[in-house]
Amino acid sequence: MKSLPKGVDLVLIPLINLLLAFMISGLVVVSIGENPFRAMQIIINGSLGSAYGLGYTLYYATNFIFTGLAVAVAFHARMFNIGGEGQAMVGALGTALVCLYIEWPHWTIAFPVAILAAALFGAAWSAIPAYLQAKRGSHIVITTIMFNFIAYSLMVYLLVHILKPKGQMAPESAKFVAGSNLPTAHEFFGWFGMVFPKSPPLNITFLLALLACFLIWLFIWRTRMGYAIRAFGWSETAAVYAGISPFRIIMVSMLVSGGLAGMMSINTVMGEAERLLIDSVQGAGFVGIAAALMGRSHPLGVFLAAVLFGVLYQGGAELEFEMPAVSREMIVVIQALVILFTGALENLVRVPIGKLFLKLNTKQN
Amino acid sequence: MMTSTEQHDRAAPMIELRGITKSFGSVQANKNIHLKVSKGSIHGIVGENGAGKSTLMSILYGFYKSDSGEIYINGELTNITDSHKAIEAGIGMVHQHFKLVENFTVLENVILGTENNFLITPALNNARVLLSKLASAYSLEVNPDALIEDLSVGHQQRVEILKALYRQADILILDEPTGVLTPTEADHLFNILKNLSNEGKTIILITHKLREIMAVTDTVSVMRRGEMTTTLQTSETNPQELAELMVGRSVLLRVEKEATEVGAKSLEVENLTVTDKRGVTTLKNISFHVRKGEILGIAGVAGNGQTELLEALGGITPATGKMKINGEEIPLNGVGSDARSKRENGVSHVPEDRQKSGLILDFFAWENIVFGYHHKDEFNKNRFLMHNQKIRKIARSEMDKFDIRPPFPDTLAKNFSGGNQQKIVLARELEQNPKVLIVGQPTRGVDIGAIEFIHQKIIDLRNIGVAILLVSVELDEIFSLSDRVAVLFDGKIIGERITEKTNESELGLLMAGIEDDSETDSLITRKATE
Repeated sequence: MKSLPKGVDLVLIPLINLLLAFMISGLVVVSIGENPFRAMQIIINGSLGSAYGLGYTLYYATNFIFTGLAVAVAFHARMFNIGGEGQAMVGALGTALVCLYIEWPHWTIAFPVAILAAALFGAAWSAIPAYLQAKRGSHIVITTIMFNFIAYSLMVYLLVHILKPKGQMAPESAKFVAGSNLPTAHEFFGWFGMVFPKSPPLNITFLLALLACFLIWLFIWRTRMGYAIRAFGWSETAAVYAGISPFRIIMVSMLVSGGLAGMMSINTVMGEAERLLIDSVQGAGFVGIAAALMGRSHPLGVFLAAVLFGVLYQGGAELEFEMPAVSREMIVVIQALVILFTGALENLVRVPIGKLFLKLNTKQN
Repeated sequence: MMTSTEQHDRAAPMIELRGITKSFGSVQANKNIHLKVSKGSIHGIVGENGAGKSTLMSILYGFYKSDSGEIYINGELTNITDSHKAIEAGIGMVHQHFKLVENFTVLENVILGTENNFLITPALNNARVLLSKLASAYSLEVNPDALIEDLSVGHQQRVEILKALYRQADILILDEPTGVLTPTEADHLFNILKNLSNEGKTIILITHKLREIMAVTDTVSVMRRGEMTTTLQTSETNPQELAELMVGRSVLLRVEKEATEVGAKSLEVENLTVTDKRGVTTLKNISFHVRKGEILGIAGVAGNGQTELLEALGGITPATGKMKINGEEIPLNGVGSDARSKRENGVSHVPEDRQKSGLILDFFAWENIVFGYHHKDEFNKNRFLMHNQKIRKIARSEMDKFDIRPPFPDTLAKNFSGGNQQKIVLARELEQNPKVLIVGQPTRGVDIGAIEFIHQKIIDLRNIGVAILLVSVELDEIFSLSDRVAVLFDGKIIGERITEKTNESELGLLMAGIEDDSETDSLITRKATE
């Protein structure tokens, strides 16, 4: 049996999945008496049609790149890290602590320190499930899910009892020091004399996300550790035969994964809210799972999938606004359909397409 | 040759295959196969791996549907769509890997699927009567109330045969039945098969052991690349001819091996003991040594501690005792006992199972060519980055050297045939200038052509002074390669011989756990070691 051509595997199949998802979403839109093509147009236009829309789309995409990479890295070691959500929350705590209590003279100094803190906090949160998996065999899926709940409760406790300034009603931290505010796309383009709308929360963290994509690619496919992680992921028996320590691989892959998830908070907490909110992750941890699945755990794929989900988030918001008949819940349905088809039902199309290609090949021979 | 076959079956043949063709995708597994097997005969089918033997038998047993062709059973055109139909047609199959429920009794296994009632008691009683009849008729004795897990492998196989007979099979297909048996058990099996054929049962025996074909079959067919090339009377052929027919060229059944000067003790093992996770001691106080330029063969029936021995020495499972390489002790447990340290100490390890351990099947050939050695400076650019371009180049030259086909480093390991996969593992382990090589089942599931090549490579390594520990369940392989043989039984070395001064029946007794005259044994050992 020959494997599929790379182009089919990486491009054609995800595209067909996406089309299927859109077709069924279209049926949903038709069922409430709206025109699915107009809905599609609103989504595309609203997310990519203007600098304003693009600013939001890429802001969301930044979140999904980090959480998607987090899932992807762990997945190469066959660790299914469902805990991106919790790791990002704890990462947000790290970011907040750095930005709340130190009087930063300039963002360029605050930025690297915050990145480090976010990554360390996120990694620390994934370290416990990783250790339990490596030493005790506690299943990583179960423990990371549990740690999401623990993280959420921890944030509630901290924000209600400790970080909330006295006399304030909302469970939020104080506003970060001014020196920690990251440049937005508006400011960034301004340096080069270009104009970008002021309101989209897109900020310098997007560039960090791109850098992360490249570094993770380098890590997985060019370093010894990446080699060992992939080997372990394919076969633990073979890895042990080759002298690769399972404990080390599980720890390293999960620490990197948790660190990446934690770094997502730089975008939302430091870049956008500029304070610690009770839900600073907004489900990005879970969307990351879909992005990693759809992107087949490759950084480039994760990037593309993250942008797609950014389009769905931003375009969905526009759709809700433009087509009142389409409710918020309906948009979640559409997003869920895309996740379902591109992630969970990935093999739905793969098998018949594989057979088709095999047939074509034999005919040629 | 055809005339004598025709004389044999004046009546309609028991099994007749006409023009069976089957392809999987672009691979043609069976091409237009014709075969006649007469009633009451034992028919052998030999061929290399991938020659299409198993596919053909799977079609006969209803696992696969042929693309074209007809099957006649006892002269009647029979459409075998699944294994139920096969059983109805009187075909029984004994698989290479037994399909028994371990924690059921023999009786419960025998009736499984044929209870025909809400309660199983009637079927059990019925089976008990029938089993005792079958047992006395064919010397297939086995305690009907014993649990399968308590039975020896030979007895488990009898249960498989009984299962088929209980379903009134007239045709028995046995797929590589002796792979797990001692020579004595195998002889017993052959007696059973002869009894069965005398009683009119028709038997098809699939094997790659030519010795067995010669010993037990009446007729033999050779398959090569999906085609049935020849059918011969066993009495009119010989192993050499069969081997050549299988491979399509002349082969050496035994590698030429010149005597070498054995050097100092290179690998020394003292009181090696392995206790597994369940607390069962699988290796009990084993001591042996291998000298430079010497091959020590470890013979034994599978499951007597061979795997544990390889894994302990390869650094995969912890053990107690002492292991020395060229006089220097290296730890068997704790810090520095892992597989990587073993490699750094000059121990190369060709594992028993190349697909589960030896290779990452989803890695490219070039990634596999450094697997386990990927830390070595020569494969890395700096502390972090691997030198992938260089590794590709090395892979390319290794693939030429070991005649690995296709010779493209950017091919996934899973897309190579078994023999070529094994050559990738060997290329990697042999090319690291090891002091000691430990090899497990180097030619399991490898075709004859590649076996010759692999054996030659191992001999070459011995000739340049490497100490080699060869673990194999194939006695032929042990005889053809090793200078000394030790037999493992129940986790102990039960005896040791110089290869030239022993024979199969002597080793066979040892493999069955019959301890030898310790005096003569220790004399030989002493001479060999001194």
